[in-house]
Amino acid sequence: MSTERRLDGAQQRAEAPASPAPERTDVGLQIEHVSKDLGGRTIVDDMQLEVKAGELTCLLGPSGCGKTTTLRMIGGFLIPDRGRVLIGGNDVTKMSPDKRPTAMVFQNYALWPHMTVFKNVAFGLRLRKLPRQEVSDRVAQVLELVGLTHHVHSYPARISGGEQQRVALARALVLEPKVLLLDEPLSNLDAKLRVRVREDIREIQQRIGITTVFVTHDQDEALSISDRIAVMSGGNVEQYADARSLYREPETTFVASFVGAMNSYEATVVPGGLELPGKLVVPCDDLSATGDGTFEAGVRPEDVHVSLNGDGAPADVVREVPRGHYKEIVLNAGPNEVRAFVSADLPPAEHVRISFTRALLYRDGVLQRSSAPVSV
Amino acid sequence: MSVSFALARSAGRRVLWFLFVGSLIVFMIGPIVWLGLRAFSGLWLYPQLLPKQWTVNGWRQVFNDPNLSHSMKLSFEFAPVVTVASAAICLPAAYAFSRYKFPGRRFLLISLFAVNAFPKIGLYISMAGVFYSLNLMATFLGVVIVQLIGTIVFMTWIPAAAFSAIPRSLEEAARDVGAGPLRVFFRVTFPLAAPAIFVAMILSFLASFDEAQGTFLVGVPKYITMPTEMYTLVLNYPEQVAAVFALLLAVPSVLLMALVRKHVMGGKLAEGFQLR
Ligand SMILES: Nc1ncnc2c1ncn2[C@@H]1O[C@H](COP(=O)(O)OP(=O)(O)OP(=O)(O)O)[C@@H](O)[C@H]1O
Ligand SMILES: [Mg+2]
Repeated sequence: MSTERRLDGAQQRAEAPASPAPERTDVGLQIEHVSKDLGGRTIVDDMQLEVKAGELTCLLGPSGCGKTTTLRMIGGFLIPDRGRVLIGGNDVTKMSPDKRPTAMVFQNYALWPHMTVFKNVAFGLRLRKLPRQEVSDRVAQVLELVGLTHHVHSYPARISGGEQQRVALARALVLEPKVLLLDEPLSNLDAKLRVRVREDIREIQQRIGITTVFVTHDQDEALSISDRIAVMSGGNVEQYADARSLYREPETTFVASFVGAMNSYEATVVPGGLELPGKLVVPCDDLSATGDGTFEAGVRPEDVHVSLNGDGAPADVVREVPRGHYKEIVLNAGPNEVRAFVSADLPPAEHVRISFTRALLYRDGVLQRSSAPVSV
Repeated sequence: MSVSFALARSAGRRVLWFLFVGSLIVFMIGPIVWLGLRAFSGLWLYPQLLPKQWTVNGWRQVFNDPNLSHSMKLSFEFAPVVTVASAAICLPAAYAFSRYKFPGRRFLLISLFAVNAFPKIGLYISMAGVFYSLNLMATFLGVVIVQLIGTIVFMTWIPAAAFSAIPRSLEEAARDVGAGPLRVFFRVTFPLAAPAIFVAMILSFLASFDEAQGTFLVGVPKYITMPTEMYTLVLNYPEQVAAVFALLLAVPSVLLMALVRKHVMGGKLAEGFQLR
C-alpha cells in the first residue's frame, strides 16, 4: 500500500461515514484499567482512556504524573502490570514495539546519527524488504508530506532542530502506523517554531486521519491542537474532554487550577449570589449548583464583571496589567484577591463594583452540579 | 627600567619553556633514537657520544635467525585470533554491563581491574597448574587463553563506555520501526560504538602481540612468538640484535597507532555523529 493510496483512503474516511469493516474502526486506541509500578511506586494507577480512530488526544499534566510511562506502555516499551491496551479492538498489551502498529516520535527525536535523513526514514521500509523503487518513492512522499524536501542526503547533525523534528515525524509516518505517539515533540524548539510546528503536526494528522496520542505539559499546546485532552494527575486521568468543556467545566479543582487561570474562594451560596470570606456578597448570575454549606468556588477571570458604578460588591483596584486587546486587573474585594480580564477600554479607576457572571462550585475537589452536565 | 625588567623576565620564561620542551623530547624521543643508533652500531664504548663504526650486522643476524620468520608468523597468527576471540567474549559482556542492572554487576566490573592489579606472573603460574591438568600446556588454545587475559579489560571497559554513551532511545526507535533485538544491535548500536570498539580491538591486538611472560610459560617449546623469541636473543646475542628486534616489534604498534589516529581521532568516523 503506497502512502498516496493511504492518504486518499484517509480523506475518504474524513468525508464519508465509515464503511463496515471486520474490526471496529471507530475505536483507535483503548487503555483499560492499566497500572504500572516502577521503582516500588505505582506510577500509572488503573488508568482508562479511549481514543477514537483519527482523533488526536493530548495527555496533559504536571511533571511526573505518568504521561511518558503511559505513552511507553502504548508503544510497547513498557508492559503494564495490570490492564489491557487495545488498538483497533485488538489486544496488544504484551506485544513488543517491533510488532505493534504504533510509531513513536521521541522527545529528542532519536534520529540515527550514522544514517542520512533518507536512510533514517527508509530504515523501517528496508527491514520489510520492499523493492528499492518503492522505498524511495514512499520516502519521497512522506518527506513531502512533512514539508522537508531539502537535506534528504544530509546527516541529522547537519540540519536544524525543526528539520530534525520533521524527519522524526516522517520516520514514524512512513510505516503507516495505526497509532502515532508523540512525547513532548516540541520541547526542544524555540517558542516561535513551536507554534508553527504544532500547527503543522495537527494539519498532517488531520490530513491522513491518524489516531494520535500527544504528550505535553504545556496547556496552550494541548488546548490548541487536540480533539480531546486527558488531564492527568498522580498516574490517573482527572478529566477527559475537549478543550472547551475542559476550560468551561473543569470537573475537579485540580483541572480547574491546571488549565487556565482561576480565582478560587471558600464561598457560601446566599440568595442573589455568593458570600465570600469577609461577609462579602458578590452577585452571581450562573451557579453550577445550589445548596447549603460552603463550597470551593472557582471563577474564571473573564467571568468577573467589573463596572465603575452600579450593582455589585465594592472592590479596590490594586494593579492593572495591559495584555493588548484586553487588560488584567487585580482587585481586593475585602480580604479576597480577585483577578479579572476586562476590556482594554475600561477607564482606570480606584474603586469599582464587581459581580460574577458564572461560578463553578466544588465540594471535596469535585464539581457540583444542579443539573446533568452539558453534553458536548 | 621596568621595561628591561619585563624583558628579562619574559626571556627567563622562554628559557624555562625551552628546557621543559627539550627535556620532554629527550625523554620521549631519546630512547627511540638510541635504539635506532644501537641497531646500526658496531663497537660503541662508554665515553663516545656516537658509535665509531656503523654496521648492519645486527640486522643480518636477526634475519638469518631461522626462528625469526617462524616467530613472526606465530605472532601474526595469535594476535588476530586473540583479538577476535576477545571481542566475541567481551562485547556481549560490555553490552550487558552498560545496559542491564544485574546482581554482582559492580563486583564483576571491579574484578576485571583486579586481574591487572597484581603482577601477572603470579596469575600465570597458578594458571599453568590448571593448564597442565587440562592438557593445555604448549597448545595453541592454551596460548590464546593466556593472552586473552591481558585484553579483557580493554575489550570490556572501552566498549561498555561507548555503549553507555548511546542513548537508549536510538535503540528503541529502531525497535519501533520493526527491528528485532539483534538487528538493533548490528544496525544501530554497533555502528555507533564502532570507533571505540575499533580502538579496543587495536589495543587488544597490541596487548596480545607484545605479551611475553604468559606466552613463554604456556607456549614453550612449541609456540615461540616474537616477544618470547626476544628473550632468547637478548640472552644469547650482542646488544645490537636486541635493538633491531625491538624496532621490528615496534613496527605493528606504530602502524596501528597511526591508523587509530587517522580514523578515530581524525574525526572521519566521528563526523556526523554528534547531534546538536
Ligand atoms: N524506570 C523507572 N524506575 C523508577 N521510577 C520511574 C521510572 N520511570 C519513571 N519513573 C518515575 O515515574 C514517575 C512518572 O514518570 P513519567 O516519565 O511518566 O512522568 P511524565 O508525566 O512524563 O513527566 P515529565 O513531564 O517530567 O516528562 C516519575 O516520578 C519518575 O521518577
Ligand atoms: Mg515525560
